[in-house]
Amino acid sequence: MSGTGPRENIFPTRMALTNTKLRLKGAQTGHSLLAKKRDALTTRFRAILRKVDEAKRKMGRVMQLASFSLAEVTYATGDISYLVQEQAKSASFKVKAKQENVSGVVLPAFEVDRVPGTDFNLTGLGRGGQQVLRAKEVYAKAVETLVELASLQTAFMILDEVIRATNRRVNAIEHVVIPRLDNTIKYILSELDEMDREEFFRLKKVQGKKKRDTEAAEAQRKLLEQSEDVTSFIPEIEGGGGDLLSSKDEDIIF
Amino acid sequence: MATTSFKDRNLLAVIGDEDTITGMLLAGIGNISQNQKRNFLVVDSKTPIPHIESIFEEFTERKDIAILLINQHIAEKIRPTVDKYERAFPALLEIPSKDHPYDPAKDSVLKRVQKLFGE
Repeated sequence: MSGTGPRENIFPTRMALTNTKLRLKGAQTGHSLLAKKRDALTTRFRAILRKVDEAKRKMGRVMQLASFSLAEVTYATGDISYLVQEQAKSASFKVKAKQENVSGVVLPAFEVDRVPGTDFNLTGLGRGGQQVLRAKEVYAKAVETLVELASLQTAFMILDEVIRATNRRVNAIEHVVIPRLDNTIKYILSELDEMDREEFFRLKKVQGKKKRDTEAAEAQRKLLEQSEDVTSFIPEIEGGGGDLLSSKDEDIIF
Repeated sequence: MATTSFKDRNLLAVIGDEDTITGMLLAGIGNISQNQKRNFLVVDSKTPIPHIESIFEEFTERKDIAILLINQHIAEKIRPTVDKYERAFPALLEIPSKDHPYDPAKDSVLKRVQKLFGE
């Protein structure tokens, strides 16, 4: 029963038993709370997972469309890639992060933050301005999709990590902490029982000894009583002392 | 934790081929910081792989980048580095390019998704 599994190294007293029982209760509460958290996160996680999968496939189509519009630009204007690369200075297409809270886990969500105006005002001035404009719009849309996907993916990564940590904790409590406390409680109970039995046995022993003692004393007394009349005068025979004051000693001169 | 400093991350970064970069820059994500650091890298067939890797590392180390976009065929070249990358910030996103259609089976994130679904 006890001592079979790992247990905490404490002195088996009633107070320790109360404490351990309280701790076991706490561990059980914690376990159920964490399990709830894990379930909530997993629900969220599955929803996100499905969305990620969907968005990734959508991204493929959107990017195809975008490359097509860029091909149109190249056809109308010629190669503008060098021009564009050199003209890029500061981003007008930025993202903003905001937070979302899922059972105590902070999930970031990116939001598109576009500043009007661009570095490429003169691109396609000669010809193909329309196409350039369209390509800009199509690419902006594509990047918006990408940003959405990125926030989903970030949420996915963070949730994955948190779920793993929560799982570890749940399992640790379930398979290590609770059995350990259980074992400790069993150990303390068995030790206390053992102590009870010992105490009982000791009391019995003491009682037995007392009984024996009283019996012996009784027997002695009876024996004494029986021989009382025979032995009552013995002291007078043996008593060599007598009363020194009442008898006169002849050797004393004064 | 990784969630502490994402407030000031607001840039996107791209590693891609010429067409992808051009399109992204047209959308307006291009940025050159004060110390002349660009947030994009054009990769062609002549770009050495160690260079791509070092730029990838640099982008992932930068504190102002929220999302890092990389063409899938380029990610394929530095696959070990990409697969090793597991941080939440910047978010790493593999995107298709014109000449290389998107293959969900190669995506490091989708691989994990697939693994979790047990397929």
